[in-house]
Amino acid sequence: MTQIEQVSIEKFKHLVSERALTGETMLLNMGPQHPSTHGVLRLLLELDGETVVNCIPDIGFLHTGIEKNMEAKTYQKAEVMTDRLDYMNPLGNNLAYCMAVEKLVDLDVPVRAQALRVILTELQRISSHLVWLGTSGLDLAAMSMFMYCFREREQILDIFELVSGQRMMTTYFRPGGVWRDIPVEFEKVVRDFLKIFHKRVDEYETLLTKNPLFLDRTMTLGKLDPALALSFGVTGPPLRASGVNWDLRKARPYMGYEQYDFDVPTRTEGDVYARYLVRVQEMRESLKIVEQALNKLPLGPVRSDNRKFVPPPRSEIGVSMEALIHHFKLWTEGFSAPKASVYAAIESPRGELGVYMEGDGSPKPHRVHMRTPSFDNLGVLPHIVKGALVADLVAILSSIDIVLGDIDR
Amino acid sequence: MGIEQKLGNMGVVTTTLENTVNWARTNAMWPMLFGLACCAIEMMSAQAANYDMSRFGMEIMRASPRQSDLMIVAGRVSKKMGPVLRRLYDQMPEPKWVIAMGDCASCGGVFNNYAIYQGVDEVVPVDVFVAGCPPRPEALIHGVMTIHEKVKGETIKQYAEKYK
Amino acid sequence: MDKKLEPIVKAAQEKFGAVVEEFRGELHLVIKPEKIIEALTYLRDEQKFEMLSAMTASDYYPQSAPRFHVIYQLNSLAKNLTLQARVPVSGDQPKLPTAVGVYGMTNWRERELFDMFGINFEEHPDLRRILTPEDSEGHPLRKDFPLGYEEPQFTFNYDEVALRKMFAKE
Repeated sequence: MTQIEQVSIEKFKHLVSERALTGETMLLNMGPQHPSTHGVLRLLLELDGETVVNCIPDIGFLHTGIEKNMEAKTYQKAEVMTDRLDYMNPLGNNLAYCMAVEKLVDLDVPVRAQALRVILTELQRISSHLVWLGTSGLDLAAMSMFMYCFREREQILDIFELVSGQRMMTTYFRPGGVWRDIPVEFEKVVRDFLKIFHKRVDEYETLLTKNPLFLDRTMTLGKLDPALALSFGVTGPPLRASGVNWDLRKARPYMGYEQYDFDVPTRTEGDVYARYLVRVQEMRESLKIVEQALNKLPLGPVRSDNRKFVPPPRSEIGVSMEALIHHFKLWTEGFSAPKASVYAAIESPRGELGVYMEGDGSPKPHRVHMRTPSFDNLGVLPHIVKGALVADLVAILSSIDIVLGDIDR
Repeated sequence: MGIEQKLGNMGVVTTTLENTVNWARTNAMWPMLFGLACCAIEMMSAQAANYDMSRFGMEIMRASPRQSDLMIVAGRVSKKMGPVLRRLYDQMPEPKWVIAMGDCASCGGVFNNYAIYQGVDEVVPVDVFVAGCPPRPEALIHGVMTIHEKVKGETIKQYAEKYK
Repeated sequence: MDKKLEPIVKAAQEKFGAVVEEFRGELHLVIKPEKIIEALTYLRDEQKFEMLSAMTASDYYPQSAPRFHVIYQLNSLAKNLTLQARVPVSGDQPKLPTAVGVYGMTNWRERELFDMFGINFEEHPDLRRILTPEDSEGHPLRKDFPLGYEEPQFTFNYDEVALRKMFAKE
């Protein structure tokens, strides 16, 4: 094991102001183990008293080598890795990955599977925003938010467990559809959740939205200029809170999002409070989508019947020789993709989650790159915290909602 | 320990020193607030209302290693994080225990590659491994109960040998 | 091909000698390394591709000229268009001019590519490793970099692997 590195100012000379070299300002490490960095992020801060002069993020403490590891696995097996990227949004990662594979090999997805994917990713969006609300509430000393938000999150996790058998890392979406059909209780459980969740969002809002303590700690902080946001590739709620109406679900609909009626909440202030409002409003919009998708959930198969890419159902294997061969081929060798590249993107709770995938004619991908939203959203942090207080830095950092698994990959 | 039954009218309890020390240690074991990856979310769930780990005297998550007794390594440990983890462990006061939560921390899990330690026991000594990817909160609580059992079984002779 | 993309592609072909490829409705412009900054600036300012969605690379080892392709996924919010620019980079001391002046987000993405592929971005303000430790060797996403493998510990090889884990018992 290598020793922990000694930080010398020489290495960061080009990043800090001249006053740091004379010792007039102080350099302070925040993290990698810090309760409000939401994971293992290190921020090297140059402080003038309590004011942040410069902020130098240091990432990579969770670098997992997922992109490299995917190149060594077949298309079906590599999907398991995507769950563990952005661990607040595993189903969304699955969706982006499956969409890339489907685009690469030109595979169709039945309408019922599309609707199920929409329902589950929207529930996942709510659960992700709930974790964000709970933990950033915790950062801003609203301890009860954490308890309330996790109470509702458990309900969503129960739904995931019902359909897939796992709470978090479900791998429920597969190239060509979903793993299997939903159980009969599904509709009732989701409807129960929809029924209470409206009231619960109101409850969160009574606790925070007009709370003077919360307003003092969030308003006018961490202003993000739309032009800066676009240049830095910031997407998702931080971009929409800065007044840019950009949501891939509306702009480039996938999985039949065009048939659902929902709004894209935007604000123009671009501060921490605006990001909070956008996310809370997004939870309500997600509820609308889930309700509509559930009302017109079509019947039919949940997996494509293209046997070259999707394994046959278990019942067919006993009676059909061909099905047995396909099953054997798919689970031993996998399917091959053409020598070409595609880029597929979805709107994850944090922004544009894109998958660049390149095949080389073999059953393993040549290159998979996950364009993860947190990476670029964090990149803008040094530019929006200048001049803020250290206590405000915590609020700003939590407001851009980073997930370190998403950043370091 | 069942103090109530032994109390009687005298207001005096007789017990062994080992029992008292171990009782105190198990019932106020402070874990370090140290989440690495996915398992950290399940660790938070275990702390939250539905599972409520404070039933076992574990509710105070300390942000500083200097105040904590138990390190829950919740997630994969990368080559860049290893030295940091070791330093945090060294900063914890004795006696200290480690739970490797989840498959990645126990054995590398699905990531057998250049970036990840194949088990956190390459970096720090581990007392309890909790399996699962990620383990359910119940599994983590079971791991915590197991570590309580382990602590209850320790004797003064063992402390003396360990810290001499 | 999207109709709105046609004039843009035509202009790019004339100005920068771009070669056009198409796959499943996605357009790729292959642009020479010396023209790329000019082309990105043109696409951003004249054609309203105000955001760079993704920037990544791909390694075609053992092929050496070009060994890498650096990929810029451009995104236009105003026109709702997407376009990919690909730049071939040679395998012998790979280098490319930096695009930090055009899109701010390339600052970290170029550091990532430097770290993962060893592509040198000239005049980058802060070219350090970003994901792997400072003292690590090699560039993980290159095809000639091994994935890395450690023997997992089972009952039959418990003692053998335990020798490696010197901190396991203290």
